[in-house]
Amino acid sequence: MTRVSKAELDEAARSWNGPYRPYDLVKEFVVALSVVAAIVIVAAALFSSPDDAPVTIAQWARQAPVDFVTTAVAELDGSSQVATYGPPYNHNGTAQHTLFIRPEKWLGVSHPVNTSQDYVIAPLATIPNDPAVQAAVSTWSGATSDQQTKWTDGYTKGIGTGNTLPAKLPPGDYGPVPTMMTALLNLAQSGGLDGALLTSRQFFQTDYTKPLLFMSDSTAMYFAGLGQAQHLLGTQWGMMNETGSYPGQVWLWLYTFWYQVKPIGSSANADLIVFEIMAVLSLLFICIPLLPGVRSIPRWVPLYKLIWRNHYRELRSSSGPP
Amino acid sequence: MAWGHRRLSVETVLLGAIINLNHPAHVVHWHFFQMSLANLVVIVVMIVVFAAAIALPFPTHGRGGS
Amino acid sequence: MSTRAEKRSWTTRTREIAVGAMPPERLLPDEQPSYVASWIYVFGVLTIAALIMIVLSGVVLALKGPAWWHYTGIGHFINSVHLWAVELFFFVMVVHLWGKYWMAAWRGGRTRTWMTGAVCFLIAVPTAFTGYLSQQNFDAQWIATQAKDGINATGAGAFFNVLNFGQMYSYHILLLPVAVVALVIWHVLLVRRHGVVPPFPVFAAAPGPQSTPPAPQSTLPAPQPPPDPPQPPPAPPQPQAKP
Repeated sequence: MTRVSKAELDEAARSWNGPYRPYDLVKEFVVALSVVAAIVIVAAALFSSPDDAPVTIAQWARQAPVDFVTTAVAELDGSSQVATYGPPYNHNGTAQHTLFIRPEKWLGVSHPVNTSQDYVIAPLATIPNDPAVQAAVSTWSGATSDQQTKWTDGYTKGIGTGNTLPAKLPPGDYGPVPTMMTALLNLAQSGGLDGALLTSRQFFQTDYTKPLLFMSDSTAMYFAGLGQAQHLLGTQWGMMNETGSYPGQVWLWLYTFWYQVKPIGSSANADLIVFEIMAVLSLLFICIPLLPGVRSIPRWVPLYKLIWRNHYRELRSSSGPP
Repeated sequence: MAWGHRRLSVETVLLGAIINLNHPAHVVHWHFFQMSLANLVVIVVMIVVFAAAIALPFPTHGRGGS
Repeated sequence: MSTRAEKRSWTTRTREIAVGAMPPERLLPDEQPSYVASWIYVFGVLTIAALIMIVLSGVVLALKGPAWWHYTGIGHFINSVHLWAVELFFFVMVVHLWGKYWMAAWRGGRTRTWMTGAVCFLIAVPTAFTGYLSQQNFDAQWIATQAKDGINATGAGAFFNVLNFGQMYSYHILLLPVAVVALVIWHVLLVRRHGVVPPFPVFAAAPGPQSTPPAPQSTLPAPQPPPDPPQPPPAPPQPQAKP
């Protein structure tokens, strides 16, 4: 085969002056639609679709009360993951960055979450006819932050890490924290906290930011434990997976792959790094026709000879021996 | 850990899964690579279908439509 | 031929431009180049068919509201149709992509065809993603709380809140499907305009008729007239008899 330039190859591909044959595109479309509809309906009938019921705060508070209370205490004293997240929830954490690129910081706090106020103080304020709880909240609000931290540290140690809350706390100075947490746990177990976190702005709600952030903050990994059981953790390539044995978002394989590469996945800026890698690769994917080398691989690895074998056979037989 | 599978009505069961996939996934491990069996099946079938699409002869002989 | 008044008419000019760029026989041809003879070529139309199934089942789910499928058997079945249509959509779209790559289908001025297809794939991914977020079940809760970190890190979390069901549902049932469908239409119109990419040419050592690159054409070639019968070679001159 004589050496040809890319320009000549491109020119050769611009149009076709050779033979045509009749082809019914509309019939092809109808057949394709019928085949696809049949496959999809049969698959739906055979396998159905997963629908694991959503977790509620009430359920969390009932099934793992120690975890719930420990998390609520962390929200109260501002030591939880959400409390120290940074933008877009608050200013208390370091935004992810690579070199000078700090988009999280640039876009700022757009969905403010004040964890002690939103998850503890405000819901407790909705409890009617309980002067002891309101007094405990006033005592908390009037204390210094050092005092508050001493109370919460002591309380967290006092309740331990078992499955149930101790009937009696060991001797110590816990301030108003036990009263507040007991009231909050009761509110949560009754279902009132699910509603309180949603209706804090207005009657109609479609924004689940606060309850979802609270559940994902679970210090003893209640929520994460549910995900792990379904192989949905990041370390389990979970981005691709679905609950049960269903196929998931298989097309996310390359996105989750980078998190498994140790220097990237273990970095504090892992999410931003992975996004930047995928943004560059996506741009390159769009621009494949312009990329030297990549655009020539189909010519070097001649899979096309299989695809167009009929055409090349006809060419050979029409050129024939002289 | 039971976090509340929804109780299904009879019609849901009838219109639902003949093959129940609502059990913990089988996972294939290979070095640091892990994938659920369902996803692996999808990928393997894609490769097989691609190879078949190229290898299998396509009916022509002047007929219209596939 | 349009009159001067018609020439000034925007409607007439728009129609003439549109029909000039895409005459009906190019928009819906009843013939294909002879080299289009492989099963790999059906994966484009299979992708469109899967997209139609996604939209049809999605319309039913949207008509009944996001909670319906959790409480009725028929709703759960329609949701299952929607899910498997999505799995099949990505399946056939990626096989189509593989085929087009190995055919180097961007050749001959078809770069935009490749690019619109690639962008369509990249927009289909968040379309599916917002669908998973709209499920209102444990999977949706999990995906939202996990994905928030990735999206917040890019700064997009400031205006694209995966924990906000209402916002994600709106993106999923309207904004992103419109983008996908618009890109598919553009992509298909480009395929119709430029035609299906011809095979890689075979350039022989001694150039023959099939090795000469054809002159570029912007319209379909007219039906070829039958070739003239070969002319007999001229008779050699007869030796003149000497007077």
